[in-house]
Amino acid sequence: MSKLNSRIPEGPIAEKWTNHKNHMKLVAPNNRPKIDVIVVGTGLAGASAAASLGEMGYNVKAFCFQDSPRRAHSIAAQGGINAAKNYQNDGDSVYRLFYDTIKGGDYRAREANVHRLAEVSGNIIDQCVAQGVPFAREYGGLLDNRSFGGTQVQRTFYAAGQTGQQLLLGAYSALSRQIGLGRVKMYHRHEMMDLVKIDGKARGIIARNLVTGELERHSAHAVVIASGGYGNVYFLSTNAMGSNVSAAWKVHKRGALFANPCYVQIHPTCVPVHGTNQSKLTLMSESLRNSGRIWVPKKKEDAEAIRAGKLKPTQIAEEDRDYYLERRYPAFGNLVPRDVASRAAKERCDAGYGIEANDTNEGVYLDFASEIKSKGKQAAYALGDHDPSEERMIELGKKWIEEKYGNLFQMYQKITDENPYETPMKIYPAVHYTMGGVWVDYNLQSTIEGCFVTGEANFSDHGANRLGASALMQGLADGYFVLPYTVSDYLANEIRTGKIATDSPEFDAAENEVKETIDRFLNNNGSKSVDHFHKRLGLIMWNKVGMGRSEQGLKQAIEEIGLLREEFYKDVYVPGSSDEMNPELEKVMRVADLIELGQLMAVDALHREESCGGHFREEHQDSEGETLRDDENFKYVGAWEYNGSDSKQSTLHKEDLNYEFIKIAARNYK
Amino acid sequence: MASKFINITLKIWRQKNSKAKGALETYTLNDVSTDSSFLEMLDQLNEQLINEKQSPIAFDHDCREGICGMCSLYINGRAHGPDTGITTCQLHMRMFKDGDTIYVEPWRSRAFPIIKDLMVDRSAFDRIQQAGGFVSVNTSGRTMDANAIPIPKADADKAFEAAACIGCGACVASCKNGSAMLFVGAKVSQYALLPQGKVEATDRVLNMVRQMDEEGFGNCTNTGACEIECPKGISIENIARMNREFLKGALTKA
Ligand SMILES: Cc1cc2nc3c(=O)[nH]c(=O)nc-3n(C[C@H](O)[C@H](O)[C@H](O)COP(=O)(O)OP(=O)(O)OC[C@H]3O[C@@H](n4cnc5c(N)ncnc54)[C@H](O)[C@@H]3O)c2cc1C
Ligand code: SF4
Ligand code: FES
Repeated sequence: MSKLNSRIPEGPIAEKWTNHKNHMKLVAPNNRPKIDVIVVGTGLAGASAAASLGEMGYNVKAFCFQDSPRRAHSIAAQGGINAAKNYQNDGDSVYRLFYDTIKGGDYRAREANVHRLAEVSGNIIDQCVAQGVPFAREYGGLLDNRSFGGTQVQRTFYAAGQTGQQLLLGAYSALSRQIGLGRVKMYHRHEMMDLVKIDGKARGIIARNLVTGELERHSAHAVVIASGGYGNVYFLSTNAMGSNVSAAWKVHKRGALFANPCYVQIHPTCVPVHGTNQSKLTLMSESLRNSGRIWVPKKKEDAEAIRAGKLKPTQIAEEDRDYYLERRYPAFGNLVPRDVASRAAKERCDAGYGIEANDTNEGVYLDFASEIKSKGKQAAYALGDHDPSEERMIELGKKWIEEKYGNLFQMYQKITDENPYETPMKIYPAVHYTMGGVWVDYNLQSTIEGCFVTGEANFSDHGANRLGASALMQGLADGYFVLPYTVSDYLANEIRTGKIATDSPEFDAAENEVKETIDRFLNNNGSKSVDHFHKRLGLIMWNKVGMGRSEQGLKQAIEEIGLLREEFYKDVYVPGSSDEMNPELEKVMRVADLIELGQLMAVDALHREESCGGHFREEHQDSEGETLRDDENFKYVGAWEYNGSDSKQSTLHKEDLNYEFIKIAARNYK
Repeated sequence: MASKFINITLKIWRQKNSKAKGALETYTLNDVSTDSSFLEMLDQLNEQLINEKQSPIAFDHDCREGICGMCSLYINGRAHGPDTGITTCQLHMRMFKDGDTIYVEPWRSRAFPIIKDLMVDRSAFDRIQQAGGFVSVNTSGRTMDANAIPIPKADADKAFEAAACIGCGACVASCKNGSAMLFVGAKVSQYALLPQGKVEATDRVLNMVRQMDEEGFGNCTNTGACEIECPKGISIENIARMNREFLKGALTKA
């Protein structure tokens, strides 16, 4: 029997959410202060949820491991946030955003969730503007938009290259207001170490105060996990250094199913790897593909000469350049979805046309020269100069680029020591986002009662590939507009429960387990650092569970990760003690979970014998290298049940996906 | 990127916890790639210390791309090091030469107590924000359409520039008075420049300034060091704007 009930409401797609809202239970204002809610994570998803629940009157405790909620990884989002406002009058609508998201996800997302997301998207922008989020505006004073991949409309709102920062600071301001009013208690520099379950329900967490090392017990009537994505299983990714899977994994270990772990988004435009001491990869926002054209040399000799430093990209004549995305996908050109763009870059580099002089020659150009000229010309016309010189156009064009993307260009220059206004950027795909996560139903509740999961930590809305600018949308939609209803519906049955004691055997047991794990690592007396193992895990994942996956590679990965896990427990060395600030101890606990997760990702990727979105099985492609889905056998969400640290033992449960409102078709961007 | 390798000497502040006495310790580190970032260099040193079973250096960091505001560090006497317009995590070793000695210390300010080694407690900034750094609007999403009030692009751009502050605290650390006026001024300005923020402008500035004083930040004497060291180019104009708002508020409330 399947454990999965997605609880999708009946009725026409456009009415499901409204009807559901009208029929959910409520908690009266006078009862709310008697109810405790824990929110783990204060990124866009967690901060918006905590602020909204606090505002409603619940007693909220919020947790984050950074020194302030404002530092969550959401802060780093660059390009923008989608919303079906149709301010540009270019044919956008709720339906179109819904359709684009389902198609972009390669028909592996749940229709009802995605439609709800599209429905509430407009309110997000209204909300943020009301909070004082300074979005980019046009000269008339109205909001500006740009395009993102996988769409043919302009629906992305932005604040230069710092959209995530501005949105998170908006959510943080709403959260701060509730903290100031005493309705939310904030625990920064605190890490959730485990979930406490009593009679099958989520009833609290064990947290570690990272400054003193003390273990703390916190009880609640519901727990919301908003702990972000797990891209750092690859060691190198665009995620912040602290991003990890542990909160989600602890919930998984306590019984929540983990869905579609193999769906990983590899972002096409990141600064290429430069050396062995590298700690992370830096994204160059997708918005740059509005203005930049991607190419490699047409001739192998030119690519070789570039790598050897004998030729400069600016010396390659126009006719000797291969704008391969424009060539292969004329309808969407440089704005194809991320998975498609990434694989196309890999294909060119594997074929020997890469231009970066690193170990693997992996790099392609993102060139702004045409855009600089054309925007410069427009600007000159706007100034009344109808016959601008070449220099004038370039000068004005550079100014235009600086205004739109200045911070990204500066970032690039600081990392590479090259000036992207003068020479094309070098870019290559890197791990960026994880579509998989804790399985949740339509109410965002996991298979553990009272444990809700939101934001990148859940699996819900993006299928096998997320469209750009949709993660920010999802985080805020769920936190501001969905969880306040669905968590209340659940809590309506808790008004008589009363305060939950923290001296129960369940809390004792959970705390003891955490203590034992900590002691075991500290007394291990191994010889290698945590990073040593994390890097090795990352290499296995990137080479065998990365952009291209094969049966043989995945089988090897599963075995290699199993061996790595054994070696890790035998030989990892963790300095210091448990009763102090100890970053190595924090890392070792996280890497232990990443190893188990990594193995499960390979298991999931092996079982899914089809290619879809970010999951590309080399055995399943057509003659032009495009993904071949198998809807007959794999049109389902694969949700895994934990059966111990060897992820080969995990049990698969399936949630069938029914496409009632969108006709399922091959994804075509040509 | 033509990478080179250099050998360096580091003098790093070590302090076991907030109560312990700290001191500068000396370390030598060889074969540092000039393409490494400053924090990658510290990773390399930590890896070396761990392999020698010594205690690694604690420092704050997360995004490593200049946006989260988590990294800090006073490097050779300058907040965020010798380059301009960047955070410590964006500083690269190509700014240093073979044989250099580099001093690394935490932010020093009464309002930012040291937690361990190079980590400090900046929660005072959060408390200032909680005192008034918001617009009092509930999260219903239904206040009014986002385009209902057009905002002149120039105002929106200025508000955005002020809102670009990452809350790192370099302004405080580089001010001889330990003043937080640039940080607070930036937040006050962002809201003061937008119609949505104007309604509560008076209470906001009074509350935020009161909290700032309670946290033990010093007074501003217009030395301008904050603006020079701010990695996000937050302009000192924001302090002037805050002072105007404050005076207006103090007069109307008096
Ligand atoms: C460089 C970059 C650029 C991006 N740009 C865009 C973009 O332009 N548009 C877009 O839509 N998306 C973008 N994304 C994706 C998007 O930013 C993220 O998916 C999204 O912000 C995730 O938000 P979140 O709230 O789910 O998690 P996060 O922001 O990652 O927050 C996680 C929170 O959980 C806390 N936490 C985690 N574990 C624990 C624990 N055990 N105990 C206590 N607290 C814990 C953390 O402290 C943090 O507060 C980008 C991502 C990257 C990496
Ligand atoms: S004003 Fe500048 S220096 Fe001060 S906290 Fe903000 S970004 Fe940092
Ligand atoms: S680590 Fe985020 S700004 Fe430096």
